[in-house]
Amino acid sequence: MTGAGVVLVTTFLASAVEAIEMVVIVLGVGATRGWRSTVLGAVAGFALLAVIIAVLGVALAAVPIGPLRAVVGTLLVLFGLQWYRKGIARVAARGLAGVGEEAVEDEDIPSSGVDWVAFVLAFKGVLLEGLEIALIVVSFGLAAGQLGLSVVGAAAALVVIGAIGFALKGIVTRIPRSLLQLVVGTLLTSFGTFWSLEGLGVNWPQSDLDIVALLAVYGLVAATYIGLERRRIHQAALEMA
Amino acid sequence: MRAISSGVVGVARFLYRFVVGDDWTVAVAMVLALAATGILAADHVSAVWLVPLVAIAMTGVSLRRAARRRRAA
Repeated sequence: MTGAGVVLVTTFLASAVEAIEMVVIVLGVGATRGWRSTVLGAVAGFALLAVIIAVLGVALAAVPIGPLRAVVGTLLVLFGLQWYRKGIARVAARGLAGVGEEAVEDEDIPSSGVDWVAFVLAFKGVLLEGLEIALIVVSFGLAAGQLGLSVVGAAAALVVIGAIGFALKGIVTRIPRSLLQLVVGTLLTSFGTFWSLEGLGVNWPQSDLDIVALLAVYGLVAATYIGLERRRIHQAALEMA
Repeated sequence: MRAISSGVVGVARFLYRFVVGDDWTVAVAMVLALAATGILAADHVSAVWLVPLVAIAMTGVSLRRAARRRRAA
């Protein structure tokens, strides 16, 4: 492979990893809380990102991404844990209820106007991951002396992963609501844990692969807690009888 | 003036719901765990396990507390 090919493939793959994280958050939040506010948040995130890139240009490499990761990660893990907990309780109590529901029945989702929770989650996911992609483009492109190709690789990754996410939208909305809330809570908690610690200066032993390990751990723990909750519900029902 | 104050109250209420939610003890424990991890990281001690451990433990505590509340009601 030529030097140009290496730059293109490397920026494509590195950007694809970040784009997957971005699309997973937007897809999960949209399917759980509704699409309008989620898309608004994502568009606002892209708009601010475009302004930052236009203003800073290659000076982006100087942006302190660590503190930003720490703040966004902390907010995500705090919010993600709320959905994680609610998801466990709901799956334990109702099983896989709400299959194919279009509207989400949740007490804190406004029936009209902007759902700021969905907006902020999508906005933060797009802004942070978009900034990381921009940093990959700038740092790798400048180092290889191929900034243009680096931009093409990253843009291609965003288009491909975005298209895959859009294609999966129909499947995701068919997932039972209670299970979807648990899955999205697990995702937000895992990403939040990863980013917050990375932002605090902790080195993850296997880098981005540790997100998968976190997903597995939180997923297994959720399954265990669902079992315990079901036992508790069963015992309470026996006591009532 | 009234519009500004109600706007501020609305933003504060949203932030509280977003960050703290329905169990403030989980949020406090997580912030403490993150702070401790940050302090340890500054001392070159990698405590990658602390935040997930506290998250898992506090989820269990919170679920148990909610179950007790349901039973009492």
